[in-house]
Parts: sequence; structure tokens; C-alpha cells
Amino acid sequence: MNPRGTPVADDSKEFDLIVIGSGPGGYVAAIRASQLGMKAACIEADKLGGVCLNIGCIPTKSLLTSALLVNEVKGADKHGISIGELSIDMGPAQERSRKVANQLNRGVGMLFRKNKVTHIEGWGRLAGDGKVEVETPDGTDTYRADHILVATGSRPRSLPFLEIDGERIWSSDHALFVKEAPESLAIVGAGAIGMEFADIFEAYGSQVTILEAMDHVLPVEDKDISVQMAKAYRKRGMTIHTGARLESSEVVDDGVVLRFKDKDGKDQELKVERALSAVGRIPNTEDVGLDRAGVKLTERGNFIEVDEWLRTNVDGVYAVGDCAGGALLAHKASHEGIACIEKIAGVAHGPVDHGNIPNCTYSHPEVASVGLTEEQAREAGHDIEVGKFPWVGNGRALAHGDSDGFIKVIRDRKYSEILGAHIIGPHATELIAEFVIGRHLEATAEEMEKAIHPHPTLSEAVAEAALASLGRAIHI
Amino acid sequence: MATKVHMEALSPTMEEGQIVKWHKSEGDEVASGDLLAEIETDKATMELLARGEGVLRQVLLEEGATAPVGEVIAIIAGADEDLGDDGDGNDADDEAREDDQADVAEAEDGDEDAEESGEPKPASKAEADEAPPSEADTSNGERRVRASPLARRLAEEKGLTLQDIEGSGPGGRIVKRDVEAAEAPPEEEAPETEAPEPTSPATPESEADYEDIPLSQIRKTIAKRLVQSIGPVPHFFLTVDVDMSRVVAARGRINKVLESEGVRVSFNDIVLKATALALAKHPECNAHWGGDHVRRFNRVHLGVAVAIEDGLITPVIRDAHRKGLAHIAQEVRELAGRARDKKLSPDEYTGSTFSVSNLGMFGIEDFTAVINPPEAGILAVGALEERPVVVDGEIRIQPRMKITMSCDHRVIDGALGSRFLQTLTGILEEPLLALV
Repeated sequence: MNPRGTPVADDSKEFDLIVIGSGPGGYVAAIRASQLGMKAACIEADKLGGVCLNIGCIPTKSLLTSALLVNEVKGADKHGISIGELSIDMGPAQERSRKVANQLNRGVGMLFRKNKVTHIEGWGRLAGDGKVEVETPDGTDTYRADHILVATGSRPRSLPFLEIDGERIWSSDHALFVKEAPESLAIVGAGAIGMEFADIFEAYGSQVTILEAMDHVLPVEDKDISVQMAKAYRKRGMTIHTGARLESSEVVDDGVVLRFKDKDGKDQELKVERALSAVGRIPNTEDVGLDRAGVKLTERGNFIEVDEWLRTNVDGVYAVGDCAGGALLAHKASHEGIACIEKIAGVAHGPVDHGNIPNCTYSHPEVASVGLTEEQAREAGHDIEVGKFPWVGNGRALAHGDSDGFIKVIRDRKYSEILGAHIIGPHATELIAEFVIGRHLEATAEEMEKAIHPHPTLSEAVAEAALASLGRAIHI
Repeated sequence: MATKVHMEALSPTMEEGQIVKWHKSEGDEVASGDLLAEIETDKATMELLARGEGVLRQVLLEEGATAPVGEVIAIIAGADEDLGDDGDGNDADDEAREDDQADVAEAEDGDEDAEESGEPKPASKAEADEAPPSEADTSNGERRVRASPLARRLAEEKGLTLQDIEGSGPGGRIVKRDVEAAEAPPEEEAPETEAPEPTSPATPESEADYEDIPLSQIRKTIAKRLVQSIGPVPHFFLTVDVDMSRVVAARGRINKVLESEGVRVSFNDIVLKATALALAKHPECNAHWGGDHVRRFNRVHLGVAVAIEDGLITPVIRDAHRKGLAHIAQEVRELAGRARDKKLSPDEYTGSTFSVSNLGMFGIEDFTAVINPPEAGILAVGALEERPVVVDGEIRIQPRMKITMSCDHRVIDGALGSRFLQTLTGILEEPLLALV
């Protein structure tokens, strides 16, 4: 007798949860499910960890660390270090980046073993009725689960007038494996990805030109931040064209010719050795069996349509992360995975708070933000006060030799709710977490300052920015 | 590469474990997944499986000895590998161990809740994560108001008293949305409108196993006042005295039929079956209290209290409403036996939607049972005895049984509980109804 229910034909192919894709949305969901007592499996056709670990967040951070070090070394004489002739080679930096990615990739495998998540290698497709077919070199296996989570992620978008060929015109996937920085590089798209690669290649010696269709670089950020960012990059010698409409690209023998209309409507031509397309990402929603299972996609963008609990229109089928639309961010994917699984298990506190997802760009200077921009806050009809605290007022930043930029806090005048926080400058991406948790716990601007920050630290500027929004910063 | 074998958290609340028996000795070959040892946890004896392969090189904890979760109790390595080596693999293991300890901390929270509610029933990990706020907050009958700074500021500016506001954050913390909801115009609060609570958009079609019903304002007020009055789970009790004549007759016939199969059906099995059927007809009683909602289950998972050496445990008959009497009888026997041997796995004693406790075998005529939160009710079944009763103006002797239902008043009102007991009594007094 089996007191737990009806016996199944082949226990090794039956799961409570099957996740398709092992990126930060998928693998986190599988682990959480296992923690909650579900029998979980995760299907991956490539390396564990998805884009984030293998060709995204992590390897780029390794390269950005190398790039920062290159820039630091260039200014080493002011610390009394003379180096003489400086020789810079991107090859070892790329190798190091691979090593970091591989270490984390093995780490996901270890977490799976520890949490008893079954790792299925192959290409997974929904087959309807709770079934998933997995294609492997040896044939096709069929698995079954009560709950199926699609976490297939996204890939770089290729524009018709800037077709990615991997040779002259790269996507981020290609740029991550380049052993040598080109002499000149055009980066199309000044979002986080474009700006990070600009930072890396500039440090390793490329003459970088950035083309952005919107009026500002980092267009999702607060205007003040974007303006400061463009200033910092121009100071490093990069050329930036905002409001630029790319019209065509032509691969020639020794490079690429880009033709675009600049913001004044004037035709311009730019010849570079290579170009990097960073114009956004599209969801991996083809060839996953979504049509066969009857899963609905959004009309715009072909993302999987989900409700606030990440449920699709088909019972027992869920989607999280990039393939489900919204902000294409690893931490958003992971939290969606957790919210989705906890809802299934009946222990969810609440859905993902999409209004409190931080945005980070790990360039130099770093940029990070959470909540509304000043413009968005005004448009939403809030009566606001804005405080800005520049890094020159912070002792630790000065000692650090990194005092460009500021922290900007937008607060509701009456209730003092922190509506938005924006940081550009040293360790912005670490410091933003303080605002995230403050907002999550619904701290008012006063609380941010009343909590005592250690001296001398960069974090003091967080408290000062909160004070600035109350009109009473001390150190400025 | 050497693999350290740690004392693993084999139950959600386990803090330490005792080696009952090593199934491998030093020098034995070990493959991943092999049974290494039997370990007695706080709830049951569980199997510890090997996570690495090689040879069991060292046993660091002898049989009968106890170690806290996370401690290294054995080492698996290659036959002639140097155990002093401390390569990458060990780093990874240490990481894993830290995480295990984090799990224990989580489980400890669960333990506290179980103690406060006065019930020895093991809280599942899920329940530990989601302890009803009412239990955590109440001390000395006075409720400490937990609210976010922004919620306090909003309430102050709007002239609202925090004490009057129901919190929806973790642990019942009052957050911005609660103050905004409390401020909403009264017509939106009226109980007849469907409260558009953001917490629970579940629809019956998409959730096969249960449905979350958002609390209406009147439900919220009732819940709050009852808890203030009586404690974290506001119990009340309903008793029925059931004529068991027909059950006695039917049981005799059933057991004759089942004799050849070696199955014997007890009166309690019949009560369980009848309870499951009655619950299927009254899903309002087959429910959990969720703090901000009532979770109504479509399937009946019946907890059956079983006395064990040092307490009691409640193994669960899953889908009891769909199982035949013989099936239930066998399953109860089997689960109760393993419960006494402490061999139940956690999924066998968690997830019940309603429970039944029977002290009839001790000659107890009637009693009241304490609800297992978050369940909304429990039946206390007394002894089946011949008693004089008045029927049609005459005194007659009948086999009778008293059943007392403890109800969580926040979920089950008097009339609702009574209707459920009517259905249950009906089935017991005319077992043929079970076929209808």
C-alpha cells in the first residue's frame, strides 16, 4: 500500500515541479521548491546558471573589475607607485572572467546536489497535460510534473539595420569572449549593457563611440544621473551621440560603417573596427512547446503572459524572469521564482514588489537606483522634495579619490515616504541596498538619517542624502 | 576528494540527532545514495543517505551518541586518500553546512510557535514560515502594535488609531496599504461587497486543492474580537450524542465480508470515513485560518491523533473522502504502527485539513480536543457505550457515542458547525447515507 497516493509508473520521471532553464529565475525556484518539500527537477540545455552566470552579470563584473584596475594603475603615480611603460592585455582578463563564471557554474551544480534538485540535461519543451519532453543527443525523454515553470530567459536582439554577425558586429555574447580590444568600437544602445562594455573596452584601449536613440544615456535612470554619467564618460575620452537614429550599417574589409542621423537631424557616418549591438533583449519563447501547451504570449514582444503570481493562462504552467517580461534583471527573476513557488506551496507573503526592484550599472562611475525618478514622481502627482548630496562632502569618498557624482533622494513632502533614490559614484550598487531595505520596511526619510551610520564610510552619504531631502544636510 | 558527512536536518524542527545504527562500517565501500545510518530525530527515525562516494574512512559518532545538526559525523574518501587534504571540495561542503544551520534557525521559530499553541503536533516547515500573527503577538492579553514608520506617519496624519487597523505585513505588521485600506470610504468596506484584497487572487479553477477566501470586514472584526477574548485560537465546542445502533450492526456485517482479506474495521475508522464525507459536504469546515484569509480545501486530508511514547502525533489520511472504509482502516493501522515506532516521514504527519481524536478506548465518555492550528476544527470522539435514552416516550437502551467538535470561531460559526454535525450524525445513524 502506498499511503501517499496512487503509485506511478516510473518514479524517476515524475516530479512535483519541473523547471525549464537554470538561470537565476529557474535554479532559485527549483531550490526553493525543494526546501518546501517538493520533488523538483531543472532542465538545462547549456551550462547551469544561464546567461547571468555564464555570459551576463558575472563575467562582465569580472571584466569591469579588471577595467577599474587598469584605470587605477594609470593613476598610480599619485600614490607613489611608478610603473614605467604600461602594457595592457585583454586576454588574461577574459580568462579570469571565464574562471569566475565556471566556478559559479559548478556552484549551482553543488547547490542542486545539496538540495536534491534533479538536474536534467537537454532541451526541454512543454508537451501539454503536465508533460515535458527533453531532447538529448540520445533521444527524447518524457517527464511529468504537477507544476511546470518556464524560465527560459532572453537573448540579445538583432536589428535589421545592424545585423549581428559575431565578427564585425557583436552582441554582448561575443564581446565577452574577445581576446583583444579593437582599436575603435561603436556601441549602439546606452543602457546598462552598452555602458558597461564601453567602460571595459575603453579601459583596454579602444576608442569608444556610443550611439543612443533616446535623449540621454542610461535612459531609464533619473535625468540628473544620466547627465552626470555622460559627463564622466566624455571626460574619459569617449564620444557620445544621444538622440541618434541609426539608419544602416555596412561591413567593409577593415571594419563597419554606421550611418545615422544625429540629434540635429544631420547625416553622419562613422567608421569603426567593430560595433557592439546593445539594443535590448528578446525572450526565448520559441521552441519551448508553448503553443503546443496553449500558453498565451503577450501581443507586444512575445513574452509569456503571467498574472501577479507568475501563473500563465494554462493551469499548472508558470513563467518567471526575462521570458515573462518586465524588467530583465536577474534579481527580479529570482524573486519571481521564489514568489511563484511559495504561492504554489501556500506559504507566500505576497507577490513581487515591482516598484522596489533596484537597477544597477556596474560601470565606472557606478550607477544604482530604486523607486521613482524625479520626473516620474512629479508625473504621478506626488508633492515631493528632492535632496542631493554630492560625494565631495563625504570624507571617505575623498580619501578614496573618487568624489564625482552624488546621491539623490526624492521624498513625499507630507508623509516623508522615500519615493526614489538614485546614486552615481563609488560603490553605488552596494549602497543602493540600504534604500531598498529602507523602502521595503517603509522607513521614512527621517529613519534613514536617525539610524547611525559609521564614520568614515560611504554610507554616511546615504544618511546625508536623506537629510538633504529634508532640507538639512550637515556636510554641504 | 573527501566528503564530510554531516548530521543533516532530517526533519523541519530537528536540532540534533542520535545515531540509532550505522549501516556501513569503516572500510566499507559507499556509493552516493547508499543508506549510511539510521538517525533518530525529534519526531521519527530517519535514514541518512550518502552524498559522496568512496570508502567510509572514519566514523566519528558512535551508535547511541548524539550530535547537533551540522556536525561532521563521518568521512567518506578514496581508499588511500590523504584525509589531511583540504581541497576545493571541502570548501564547498562547509558552505553547504552553513546553509543547513540556517535551516535549523528557521525551524526553531516553528518550534516556539508549536509550544505557544500548546499542541505537540509538529509544525511543518511551511507552517513555521507562516506562523499566524495572532500567536506571535499575543502576550499578557495585550497586543503590541507593530507598524512600519510610514504606516505610523500616515495613520497620525489621517487621524487613525493603529490599534484599530489589521496588519497584513509579515507577522501582522501594519504597513502602508493597511492604513490606506482602513481609510477607504465605508461603502467600500461594507461586508456585502467582495473585498478586493490584494493578498489572495486565487480562483477555484486555477487552484485545484484549495480556495483562499479573502476576509470580509465583518469576518476581520469577529476574528479580532474573539482572539482578544479567548486567546490565539478562539475555540468553542459543540457536542452531539449519536445513536450508533446501525453502525454497530453494519460493522458486524462489514467485518464478516472483510474477514477473508484479513482487514478489520474499527468504530473509529467508520467515524473517520463519516467525518471525511461530512467535510466534503461542508467544505467551509474543511479549512485553515490564514491570518488574512480562510483557506478552504476541496480535498479532505484527515489528521488522526495517535498516542506515542512521549506525546502524540497526527498522521494524515490523504484524500480520506475518496477512500473506502477498508482502505482507511488499513492505512490508519499502518500509519499508527509506524508512528509508534517513530518511523513516519514528515510528509506523513503534515498537511492535514481537519483532525479527529478518539479517547473512547480509555472509557472517556466525552471530552474536548485542542485544535491543531491552522486547522479550523477537530473532533473529540468518546466511548461507544450502551446508555438509556428516551425514544417515543419510552426508556430504551442503545449503543451511543458522544462527539464533540472544537471549532475555531474565526472560521466556523455555531450554526455552520451544527450543520456539519447534523450531516455527520445523519451518516452515523444511517450508514446507508454513505452510499448516497
